[in-house]
Amino acid sequence: MIEIDSITKVYGGTTVVDAVSMTIETGTITVIVGTSGSGKTTLLRMINRLVEPTSGSVRINGEATSDIAPHLLRRRIGYAIQGHGLFPHHSVGRNIAAVPRLLGWPKDKIAARVDELLALFGMEPGAFRDRFPAELSGGQQQRVGVARALASRPDLLLMDEPFGALDPIIRARAQADLREIHQKLGSTIVLVTHDMEEAIRLADRVGVMDGGKLVQHGPPEEIVARPANGFVAEMVGDAERPMRLLSLIPVRGLVEDGAAPGEPLRDDASLRDALSECLWTGRDAVPVTRDGAVIGRVTLNAIRTRVGRHA
Amino acid sequence: MTAGAVLRAALSLLLVALVVWPQAFAPVFAPFAPEGGPVIYDRVSLLSLSLNHLMLVAAASSLATLVAVTLAIAVTRPAGAAFRPLSRTITNVGQTFPPVAVLALAVPVLGFGAGPTLVALFLYGLLPIFENAMTALSTLPPRTMEAARGMGMGRFQRLWQVELPLAAPVILAGIRLSVVIALGTATIGSTVAARTLGEVIIAGLLTNNTAFVLQGGLIVGLFAVLIYDALTLLERRIARRAGASRRG
Repeated sequence: MIEIDSITKVYGGTTVVDAVSMTIETGTITVIVGTSGSGKTTLLRMINRLVEPTSGSVRINGEATSDIAPHLLRRRIGYAIQGHGLFPHHSVGRNIAAVPRLLGWPKDKIAARVDELLALFGMEPGAFRDRFPAELSGGQQQRVGVARALASRPDLLLMDEPFGALDPIIRARAQADLREIHQKLGSTIVLVTHDMEEAIRLADRVGVMDGGKLVQHGPPEEIVARPANGFVAEMVGDAERPMRLLSLIPVRGLVEDGAAPGEPLRDDASLRDALSECLWTGRDAVPVTRDGAVIGRVTLNAIRTRVGRHA
Repeated sequence: MTAGAVLRAALSLLLVALVVWPQAFAPVFAPFAPEGGPVIYDRVSLLSLSLNHLMLVAAASSLATLVAVTLAIAVTRPAGAAFRPLSRTITNVGQTFPPVAVLALAVPVLGFGAGPTLVALFLYGLLPIFENAMTALSTLPPRTMEAARGMGMGRFQRLWQVELPLAAPVILAGIRLSVVIALGTATIGSTVAARTLGEVIIAGLLTNNTAFVLQGGLIVGLFAVLIYDALTLLERRIARRAGASRRG
């Protein structure tokens, strides 16, 4: 558990981060969203002390970060940034091995960990271990950057706009990969982005920052359905709200008895998928399956009612 | 073999032959020697002069590299930033002083011989290395540096494992420039009795023997070209890795 306690950063009279407090549960993904200059990156960098807070404190599992030497603290916290920041003069394997080497792991343990991570990120260890970053595609470089941040099994992974430099298709895949890896490893992740879509897609908890203040912090459904103020509403985007909300709700909650024609959907698909399926094929209902067997249907009417509750 | 490799091999052979067996070239130089005068310089063997010349340049350049790179590292740390203008001024002064003036000033203190030449070459070699090292160390890819700090590398670890390897190609370019300048400048050292290839050139000038001037000049020139070439190759090999994705 990470506890951030009224942390503040003042640069020459300007308050960049203003008394932000938040608690981050172990094993969750927290995404901090804000426009540029909102203080989100400064907040993130105060967690691993790349920026020293002016006041306030951060505790990781009860231990104050100010009690640990900064470079030792950072070796315990994974850090992945936009444009990956890989070492161009080191091979992929050596890049991933960077933190374990700093921690003095034995050679064979490091080699095994490098291969394990490459395999986890869908990169054949034999083919990629000895390549150099310049020989990889943007998406591969980004994956190596995240693998490097995870190499020492850190308590916490900080990510600063990790997908910012990727094109939309690769970005969507990288986001899906991150969710999957998070489910496998159960790491605690704090990610900073300016993209509300990305926040909603990835987060267990979303924190919205504006002018150095944390204006809202809660599950994505709450941010979309009940924005705390005009700024949050604007970040979510009025016209996008119904679709964003639908993308967060699985169809299994709205399944009713009855038959429907055409291609079925799995019960973990979102209502957004169901709606688009209905509209595209001109159906009023779509059959829903679980483990391959049809368990009922979801109707256009039910979707409309579910969203309409927020009007 | 490429054309470059052939040329490189031919020039190396020519240089070795000139230095080890100069008598063979007597017919080539004869037309430039005065009537009845000596054609090939033989007071001291050209081989020993060449080795002395190279050793002097190597010593001065190594020392200049050590001092210039250390200085560049110091002024690119946050604590040393205040000294950057001062250190630039000092190395610039080293460059503006004519080497002959340095020799003249150093002789009363260090006496005749290799000492004053070493000082002149050292001072003259500082600037290109320092400027390049400082530029390289202050323009490293910011994201890579951020990542190095963010993963918990200490200051010295960042310097040794990241900054210096990434800056190496540009620093090496400065060293290359400095070495080539020193190879030429070292000939002047013979005016204060340092044993360099300048001795052959000066003997030729004093006795109106163009053959001597050509011999000395040709050997120094070939050394400069070949060493420049070798350092360029080395630099390219290092840059292929470190520089390949500096923009990335």
